[in-house]
Amino acid sequence: MSFALEYKPITLPLSPGELESLQAGDAVLLTGVVYTARDAAHKRLFEMLEKNGGQLPPEWPLPQPCAIYYAGPSPAAPGEIIGPCGPTTSARMDAYTPALIQAGANVLIGKGPRSASVLAAMAGRALYLAATGGAGMLMARSIKKVEMVAFPELGTEAIRRFYVEDMPLIVAADSRGGNLYAR
Amino acid sequence: MRIIQAAAIAQAVRDACIEACCALPADVLAALTQAEAAEEGPGKAVLSQLLENAALARAACRPCCQDTGMAVVFVDLGQDVQIVGSLEAAVNAGVSAGYREGYLRKSVVSALGRKNTGDNTPAVLHLRLVEGDSLELTVAPKGFGSENMSRVYMLTPAQGEEGVLRAILETVVSAGACACPPCVVGVGIGSTMEGAALLAKRQLLRPLGQPSPDPEAARLEREALSRINATGIGPMGLGGKTTALAVHVAQSPTHIAGLPVAINMQCHACRHATRRL
Repeated sequence: MSFALEYKPITLPLSPGELESLQAGDAVLLTGVVYTARDAAHKRLFEMLEKNGGQLPPEWPLPQPCAIYYAGPSPAAPGEIIGPCGPTTSARMDAYTPALIQAGANVLIGKGPRSASVLAAMAGRALYLAATGGAGMLMARSIKKVEMVAFPELGTEAIRRFYVEDMPLIVAADSRGGNLYAR
Repeated sequence: MRIIQAAAIAQAVRDACIEACCALPADVLAALTQAEAAEEGPGKAVLSQLLENAALARAACRPCCQDTGMAVVFVDLGQDVQIVGSLEAAVNAGVSAGYREGYLRKSVVSALGRKNTGDNTPAVLHLRLVEGDSLELTVAPKGFGSENMSRVYMLTPAQGEEGVLRAILETVVSAGACACPPCVVGVGIGSTMEGAALLAKRQLLRPLGQPSPDPEAARLEREALSRINATGIGPMGLGGKTTALAVHVAQSPTHIAGLPVAINMQCHACRHATRRL
């Protein structure tokens, strides 16, 4: 016999207590606002942070704290607000992530392991949630609102604001050093 | 001599691009279902999500994964067929139409300038001239999460079967979660560097779990699968018994001085669709 995980509903933004209470291995249904950013958008955000002493310019639309989803959707078909939108490999963002955590990102969503420097930057302040790679339609189903935020010229790699409901995720690395990939 | 119009080939490629991206083959679904029953914890949650996702994609005729890949097109062309028009242009026209009309992601860029070609062309075309008067084509959209984790080893003959097994294990372990496990592992042994690589890629098209008719290859398949699944990497790298759904091995004669081994990693979305004209 095998057992299934029980999913726990969580709503963004998380209180510091909620963030700390989530542990690697917990399954969650996430509701709230998340921002997409992958390779090209990370590069631009990082350059902006470097120019602005580690902070985003005040007029910039990313709130603090914010959740970042490493994803580049397929185009929406007629009648859809978004195409399939599963996660991409998080490791490619590792070089930029500590700076983004410093600037206020406290929930990171993607797939695959993170570098030691990302895990160190997460300590006490951020969570890393694994979305199932390849589950593009399942992830798209939980996306209820889509808004273009920045870099529309990057196409699939632009920054979009999603309002998601009950997005099924697994806590892969928590704020206290727990890490499912480290077994 | 049978005549086939290039436009018919383009239409078949278009339809196969959309079908491959949206409807996972039955053997892949069966392997995922079996793995889901055997797993527990996060691994089971991942596999349940994948099965639900595959059903949603099929019902909506929308891609199961947003990375709808680079279109790899295998064409077996009967030598008694005459094509009216250009085969290569027809394949690319089919890919362009399939990716545009199917609302599939266009992920192909120029290699150095990184400029998107806009319609997911060019396809990677593997053409084989065969006997007969029909044309069979298979579209296998290849995502790069797994393609990036593939490797070619030029082993020495002394490294032998054990060397091959080590190369397979090293590739799968270093791919870890990035290749979107549970994976299908295509292994080509022998020939030359590019010969081994193409042989490995062709193994991804075989029905899952059907052992190779070559007893030496079948033995390696069994041994490699058991070692891979003993690593505990599990579905999406979150831990579990199923790191690979299948290992498919084929060999081809090679030079006395060499033992090329290519390992082509394929994510759990082992997508391909075939049309016969």
